[in-house]
Amino acid sequence: MVEVTDRPDTQVPPAEVPDVHPPHAHSWLSRWVFSQDAKYIAIQYSGTAIAIGLVALVLSWLMRLQLGFPDLVSFSPEAYYQFITMHGMIMVVYLLTAIFLGGFGNYLIPLMVGARDMVFPFVNMLSYWIYLLAVLVLVASFFVPGGPTGAGWTLYPPQAILSGTPGGRDAGIILMLLSLILFIIGFTMGGLNYAVTVLQGRTRGMTLMRMPLTIWGIFTATVMALLAFPALFVACVMLLFDRLLGTSFFMPTLVEMGQRLEYGGGSPIVFQHLFWFFGHPEVYIVALPAFGIVSDLISVHARKNIFGYRMMVWAIIGIGALSFVVWAHHMYVSGMHPYFGFFFATTTLIIAVPTAIKVYNWILTLWRGDIHLTLPMLFSIAFIVTFVNGGLTGLFLGNVVVDVPLSDTMFVVAHFHMVMGLAPLMVIFGAIYHWYPKITGRMLNHRMGLIHFWVTFVGAYAIFFPMHYIGLAGVPRRYSELGDTPYLTASVAGLNAFITIAALVVGAVQIMFLFNLLWSARHGQRAGGNPWRAASLEWQTPDTPPRHGNWSDELPVVYRWAYDYSVPGAPEDFIAQNDPWPARPVQP
Amino acid sequence: MSIVLAFVVPVIAVAFWWLIRQGVMSKPWLETGLPEAVPVRSAEHVGLGIFLAVVGCLFALFGSAFVMRMDVGTWSSLRLPPIVWANTAQLVLASLFLHLAFVSAKRGDRAGPRRDMTIAALATVGFLLGQLLAWRELTMEGGGLTTSPAASFFYLLSGLHALHILGGLAALGLVMSRGGADGGRLRLGIGLCVAYWDFLLVVWLGLLVLFLGWANRFVEICRGVLT
Repeated sequence: MVEVTDRPDTQVPPAEVPDVHPPHAHSWLSRWVFSQDAKYIAIQYSGTAIAIGLVALVLSWLMRLQLGFPDLVSFSPEAYYQFITMHGMIMVVYLLTAIFLGGFGNYLIPLMVGARDMVFPFVNMLSYWIYLLAVLVLVASFFVPGGPTGAGWTLYPPQAILSGTPGGRDAGIILMLLSLILFIIGFTMGGLNYAVTVLQGRTRGMTLMRMPLTIWGIFTATVMALLAFPALFVACVMLLFDRLLGTSFFMPTLVEMGQRLEYGGGSPIVFQHLFWFFGHPEVYIVALPAFGIVSDLISVHARKNIFGYRMMVWAIIGIGALSFVVWAHHMYVSGMHPYFGFFFATTTLIIAVPTAIKVYNWILTLWRGDIHLTLPMLFSIAFIVTFVNGGLTGLFLGNVVVDVPLSDTMFVVAHFHMVMGLAPLMVIFGAIYHWYPKITGRMLNHRMGLIHFWVTFVGAYAIFFPMHYIGLAGVPRRYSELGDTPYLTASVAGLNAFITIAALVVGAVQIMFLFNLLWSARHGQRAGGNPWRAASLEWQTPDTPPRHGNWSDELPVVYRWAYDYSVPGAPEDFIAQNDPWPARPVQP
Repeated sequence: MSIVLAFVVPVIAVAFWWLIRQGVMSKPWLETGLPEAVPVRSAEHVGLGIFLAVVGCLFALFGSAFVMRMDVGTWSSLRLPPIVWANTAQLVLASLFLHLAFVSAKRGDRAGPRRDMTIAALATVGFLLGQLLAWRELTMEGGGLTTSPAASFFYLLSGLHALHILGGLAALGLVMSRGGADGGRLRLGIGLCVAYWDFLLVVWLGLLVLFLGWANRFVEICRGVLT
C-alpha cells in the first residue's frame, strides 16, 4: 500500500526521477518531419492511420455496392476477396491499433502522467517511421501484378499461399506478411515506450491509482499487445518461409490441378492457434483504451467522479489477463476436443463479468450526474449502447452449440462490427471532440459535429441491425453474390440494398468530419486551456497547445486523483489534480 | 500452446504481484496529499526487462509451434552437428566474461571491463561463426531447409536467435565505444548487456532442449501424469 500523508505543498519532497528535458530540434527537418516530440508523433500516427483508414472505408463501399446492387455493380469474386481482406486488415491493425496506441497513447501518456516526453524519444520516432513503412508496403500491394492478397484478414494457410487465392502465388501475400512484420517491429518500439513511460515517467504524487482510466486502458492494452503481437510475428514469419522458401510449417500434402505440390506434413491448425493467440487479445487491445477513454469522457461531461474507480482498474487488468485464455473460441468449427470447447466457452463467458462491471459503473456514473450533452458525451452514450449490443451477441457466439450454425454467416460480421468496429470508433470520435481543443487550441464546429454524430449513430444501426437478421436468415459471409439461393427470402435482397445505402451515407458523413478537423484548426472558436473544466493533468499545461517539454520549468506535483468533480465546499465544480488545496480530510 | 502459456502465466503473475505492491488496493478518492516516495529502478532496466519479456514470448511461441508440429504429420528429430556444443560453450564463455566485466566495472577498474568485454564480444562472434558452420555441416549431410520439419525449425530458430545476438553485439559495441568517460553509464551499459546475454543463453539452451528431443520426453511424462 502506498502511504499518503496530508500535508500542505510547502513540503514537496525532491523528485525520485530526475527531470530530463527532451532533446530540442535543431533544424526544420528534425522539428517538423523527424520530430522526437511525442505529441507530434501522435499526430503523425493519427494522420497516417486516418489516411489508410479512408482506403478501407472506400473498400467497404465497394463491397457494399456489390452486395446491395449486384445488378448494377459487378466485381469479380477475386476482387471482392481482396476488398474484404484489405478492409479487415487495415481497420483492425493499421487504423484502430495504431490510432489508439500510437495516436492517443503518444499524445496522452506524457501529458496525463506529468512527464515531459516519452522515456526513449528516439525509439519513439523510429516506431512511427517503421509504421509508415509498413503502411507503404501494404499500399504497394495494391499496385503489384495480381493485386493485394485476398486470403481474408486471418490469412489462413494453406489457401493464403496457393494459386486459387488472389495474390497467393503473386507478390500480394508476401507484401502483406512483410508489412505485418514491419508493423509489429515498429509497434514493439512504441509499446516499450508507452509501458516504460507509465512505469517510470510519472511525476511526483502520481501513484498508479491516481492515473486517469485512459492511461490504465492504454497501458494494459500496450502490455497485452507486447505479449500478443509476437504470436502474429511468429505466424507471419513461418508463413513467409512456407511461401518463399518452400518449408512446410503449415502446409499439408496438397494436390493442385492434378499435381502434387512440394509441400507436405504441415499443420494449418498450428497457424490458427498462433493467429488467434494474437487475434483475440487484439480485440481487447482495441477495446481497453476505448474503455479507459470513455470512462474519463463520461466523468468529465457528467461532472461526477467515476463510479467504482478501483473496480474499473481491476476490471481492465482482469479483462487483459483473461483475454489470453480464450483464443480457441475462434476455432470451434476447426474441430477440437469437446472438453477444450467447454473450457474455452467457459473462459469466454467469464469475461462478461468484468465487462459487465464496467458497463454498470459507466451507467452509475451517469446516474444523477450533471449530464452535459456535449459531443464527447453523446458519443460516449452511443458507445455504451453499441458495446452492450455487440457484447450480447458475443454471448451467443461464445457458446459452441450456437456458434457452429451461426459461424460463417453475416451474424458474425454484424457482431464483430458492433463490438470492435463501431464501439471503439464511437470512442475515437468522442475522444477527438474532447481533446481537439487541447491539440489545436480551438473547438471543433458544433453544428457539423451534431450532424456527424446523429448520422453516424443512427446510420451505423441501420447498417448492422439488419445484418444480424440476414445472418440469422442464413446469408453466408465472404460471398460476393448470393445469386439464385432458394432458401433465402426476397426480403434479404431488399435489406442488403438498404444496408448499402446506409453505409454510403455514413461513410460520406465521415468525410465531413475530416473536413471539420481541418476547417476548425483555422476557423474554430478559441478554446482556452481547459474548456471542459476537467481535472486531469493534461488540461493544466501552461500553454495550449502544449509546447515542447509540456510543462514550464517545474514539473507538476499531483495531490489527488483525476476525478474530483462537484466536491461539496470546493470553490469550483472540479479540483485539478495538481491543486494542493483545499485538501479533503482523510477519512478512515 | 502449453509452452507459451507456461511463459505468459508467470509473466502475468509477476505483473499482478508488482501491481499489488504498487498499491492497486488503495482508495484514491479518500487520499489527498503527497504519497511517500516509492523507490524506482532506472528506465533502461525496466525497458530491457519488458523487451526481454517480448523476446521470451516470441521464442516461447516458436517453441509451442514446434511442439504442436511434432504431433502431426511426419516428424523425425534432427541429428544436431556436434559443433553446436562448442558454440554453446562459447556463448557461456561470453556470458561469464560479461559478468566479470560488470564486477570489475563495479570496483571502478578502467582497463579490466574493456578487456573482458572484448573477450566476450570475440566469444560471441565465435558463437555466430560456429552457428554458420553448423548450418553448413547440416546442409552437407543432406539436411537442407526443406528436407524435414525439424531442420526447417532449426534454421529458422537458430537464425532468429543469431539475429538477436547480432543486435546485442551492436549494443555491446556502443557500450565499449562510449563507455570510458563515465563510470556510472559504463556500469549501466554492462549491466544491461549481462542481462541480455544471460537471457539469450537461456533461450539457446531452451532451443537445444527442443532440438535434442528432450522436450517430447518431458511432454510425454506430463501427459502420463495428467491422464
